Amino acid sequence: MKTLHKFHGGVHPPEHKTESSRLPIGATPLPQRLIVPLRQHIGNPATPIVKVGDPVLKGQMIGAADGFISAAVHAPTSGTVSAIENHAVPHPSFLPDLCITIEADGEDRWIERQPLDYRTADPDAVRALLRDAGIVGLGGAVFPTYVKLNPGQQKIKTLVLNGAECEPWITSDDLLMRERAAEIVAGIEIMAHLMQPEEVLIGIEDNKPEAIAAMQAACQGTSFKVVTVPVLYPSGGEKQLIKLLTGKEVPSGQRPINIGVTCSNTGTAYTIHRAVNHGEPVISRIVTITGNVARPQNFEARIGTPLRELIQLAGGARADTSHYIIGGPMMGFDLTNLGAPLTKAINCVIAASPALFPPKPAAMPCIRCVQCAQACPCDLQPQELFWFSQSKNFDKARAYNLFDCIECGCCDYVCPSHIPLVSYFRYAKSEIATQDREKMAAEQARQRFEFKQMREEREKAEKAARMAEKAAAAAAAKAAAAASGIEDPVAAAKQAAIQAAVERAKAKKAEAAAAAANPPSEQSAAPENNTEPS
Amino acid sequence: MLSAILVMILLGVILGAVLGFASIKFKVEGNPLVEKVEATLPQTQCGQCGFAGCRPYAEAVAAGQAEPNLCVPGGDNVAKNLAELLGVEFKPVGGNEGVGPKPKMVAFIDENTCIGCTACIKVCPVDAIVGTTKQMHTILADPCTGCELCVPACPVDCISMIPVQENVATWKWQYPVFELKKAA
Repeated sequence: MKTLHKFHGGVHPPEHKTESSRLPIGATPLPQRLIVPLRQHIGNPATPIVKVGDPVLKGQMIGAADGFISAAVHAPTSGTVSAIENHAVPHPSFLPDLCITIEADGEDRWIERQPLDYRTADPDAVRALLRDAGIVGLGGAVFPTYVKLNPGQQKIKTLVLNGAECEPWITSDDLLMRERAAEIVAGIEIMAHLMQPEEVLIGIEDNKPEAIAAMQAACQGTSFKVVTVPVLYPSGGEKQLIKLLTGKEVPSGQRPINIGVTCSNTGTAYTIHRAVNHGEPVISRIVTITGNVARPQNFEARIGTPLRELIQLAGGARADTSHYIIGGPMMGFDLTNLGAPLTKAINCVIAASPALFPPKPAAMPCIRCVQCAQACPCDLQPQELFWFSQSKNFDKARAYNLFDCIECGCCDYVCPSHIPLVSYFRYAKSEIATQDREKMAAEQARQRFEFKQMREEREKAEKAARMAEKAAAAAAAKAAAAASGIEDPVAAAKQAAIQAAVERAKAKKAEAAAAAANPPSEQSAAPENNTEPS
Repeated sequence: MLSAILVMILLGVILGAVLGFASIKFKVEGNPLVEKVEATLPQTQCGQCGFAGCRPYAEAVAAGQAEPNLCVPGGDNVAKNLAELLGVEFKPVGGNEGVGPKPKMVAFIDENTCIGCTACIKVCPVDAIVGTTKQMHTILADPCTGCELCVPACPVDCISMIPVQENVATWKWQYPVFELKKAA
């Protein structure tokens, strides 16, 4: 039995997991139209590499990774590219983003799939394959996995697999572990091969007995350990799970890799297995459709499927549905436009009704009871952060480690005054990020301005130097000629040549004058003209 | 009496030597206030303050030769920060209260009208315009600071300023606001 190390705080919200975990993972019919956003991961959006009208095959790359922190996107089925334009995407801003729309041809024909033997291949080749297969962290942060699976010089002690799935309502990882444990373990083997950790721990919350049993069975014969962790939100947070399993705390502002730990979602391990051992990029994912729908269930749906169709598959939303929540109720965001497509980041869509999610009572003043500080899993002081964020005192908020906040919503949950603390923290974080971006842009502008000034100065100096050189040379020649024209043979020769030319010209002039004086009778029309050139 | 005077003189000489040494050893290069003022300015290099760039304006402000409320692109935010930094009373930009920072703009060249005269390239303070004689010019949107210096320079009026659209990457969470409870 592994010793667990409790992290600070945490809450026990109602789980609501059984609604969607009773049915197995459902298949989805092929949608007519798929909308694939190019920004489905943290970092630079993918660059489109197809044109409108191009035929594409299932699994064909349609957007290439751009830069270091980026990942590719692929066609989820075969068909024709009908548009590359801004389309509604599932994002809290409701702003549209660049998407590639594919009209399905119904054949669902795969591109040629090439598995890779990762044991003999160069680790960099495996990582390149992960990038080009569009593998990103499916736990919600969607960080490109190929960047994460690069230990560099760091010795990795522990590889943590996150199957905790602590957020209420969501069961997509649970069902995936129940039904495809062997494939997840095959993916973990690839990760372990790349990272060479001393131990591999798979953390699963104890409210998923079937998943734990399935994973334990699949781990037979390997050195991987399945660790059961008690239900406590947010034990599925990366830093919280690492603390729970290893007792190590990730320092503020650092990544787990700095303390020799890497943490990844079990769903990501599954996609790694599909990509490396079967040559299949990420074109689908497991998503929980639950809440106020007729038949809550998990589906394996293609990326780009309009969310409306997924809600229909679950029997449709009941009449009193007020809005939809993307992700869980603790960390998710509200969405009104169901035309937005499924992306790699979405693990759950909840149809919300006033009965299931009663509106929060109006916020009351903070009474500084510090229940939020007791619940905070990051050891922060939310009551102080709230104070600074509310008064837009961003420097202070940053000094109180606002950026360590994982926006888990525990403080919101326990606040007796119903203050939407996380909304304030998100506001302050995005304001600070914008300020930093503007500072960087200003610094860049300053440097470019100074460079331009420097260049202009240099050009001016060079021009002045050239002019001075010329003037000096001319002056020297003049002085030499004035002082002694005879002494300098070159100047003398020049002088002689000029004299000769002048004499020649004079002779010519005289000849012309003579000709003009006795004009031949037929050329009398324009005699003066001949005198012009000399 | 004499010894007391000698002790005081000796003390004065030693302390004076220490101070003299410190003033050479820990000499502050340049005016640190100029750096602080410059860091507050948005670095558009637009010259709307009447100075040839942000640095000259920062120097003038630090020397007390210019008012701290002349930065038009920075708006009242920058004016407020500068007033706070200098310890003077805040005066709004342009004399009327409520001038926020201008919405971020970026220059755009109508490429059908451009005659390739390079006039705009010469005035761009951050080298954000590419092109050459009798070739079409274009703006690099990323380094463009939206200073508008190129707009009057164009002899055929082909440069316009367009506001930068918010996208998913630059979007910000709003300050939480709530409907007040309806009365009765």
